[in-house]
Amino acid sequence: MFVLVVGGGKVGTNVTRTLRGLNHEIVLIEQDERRFESLEDEFQDEALYGDGTELHVLEQAGIKRPPDIVVAVTGDDEDNMVICQLAKERYGVPKVVARVNDPRNHELFDLLSISPTVSATSMVMALIEHEVPEHELVHLLELRKENLEIVEVEVVRGSKADGKLIEELSLPEETRLISVMRDGQAEIAVGATELRAGDQVLAVLKPGREDELRQVLLKPS
Amino acid sequence: MRASDWDVVVIDETEEALGRLGENWPGEFQVGHGMDTEVLERAGIDGADAVIVATSGDNTNIVIAQVAKLRYEVPSVAVRILDPARAEFYAGRGFAIVSPTRTAIDELTSAVLHDQPRA
Repeated sequence: MFVLVVGGGKVGTNVTRTLRGLNHEIVLIEQDERRFESLEDEFQDEALYGDGTELHVLEQAGIKRPPDIVVAVTGDDEDNMVICQLAKERYGVPKVVARVNDPRNHELFDLLSISPTVSATSMVMALIEHEVPEHELVHLLELRKENLEIVEVEVVRGSKADGKLIEELSLPEETRLISVMRDGQAEIAVGATELRAGDQVLAVLKPGREDELRQVLLKPS
Repeated sequence: MRASDWDVVVIDETEEALGRLGENWPGEFQVGHGMDTEVLERAGIDGADAVIVATSGDNTNIVIAQVAKLRYEVPSVAVRILDPARAEFYAGRGFAIVSPTRTAIDELTSAVLHDQPRA
């Protein structure tokens, strides 16, 4: 695979190192001169000095071939957005991956149809939600393109769902239960599945339906 | 714009920029980053007739112009892009692009060409 990485900070450098180890062809662009010098020591010809949002720098890196994937991981979200737009729209690069530095900019990447994106902050938050029991509803997976998410909920004693069959529940719209795990055994959720307190339930839903789902599975009535 | 009787809201990251507008700036002024949609909304982008994007960063301007056009559907958007190559790439997307570098190149070239003695 031919991979073009823009941004030689910690993320870009380690991605480059890993891909090189797997024998992929790679070019890493870095615009800070001092940082570039140490990258050149390690990567020689595979490191390129310049501003990766400039067309002639991208072209020098071989974007016209084009690469199989462009990885935009600079510390500036606006730069990452422009790099991805140039790569996809001007040079026909089939796949881009962008780093989101400020999670508030996530919606701007979406607006410009740039995906997938990777955000360290969002990932840490998801891990915290998974580890900290106070967050009773855990976001396991966000399917941004599909505008769906998969969450995990533990059925609370005395909630509307406790002791009921799934078909008897009035679940929120745009929500389906996927599976029920009890005593370490998981089963696909069907209408006749009975829910009990302590069950770990996986659900797929449209973002924004979480609170309604909490009402059914978590709130003691 | 203000002199032409428009209601103008200026956004800048620093309060000091207000000083450049003169002592009796009659318009509004918001401190914040133009890529922050909360700041844009506080400044009233939702009902704006026009947005002019002229920060010192090309890529920042490119993103803000697209946000103004695509998300807030502002009827008239004008943006400064110094780099002629990027200015050309982003042409035809519903916002006006002004490239001071391009303008300078054209003007300087034409000044020199017009100065040549005719054969």
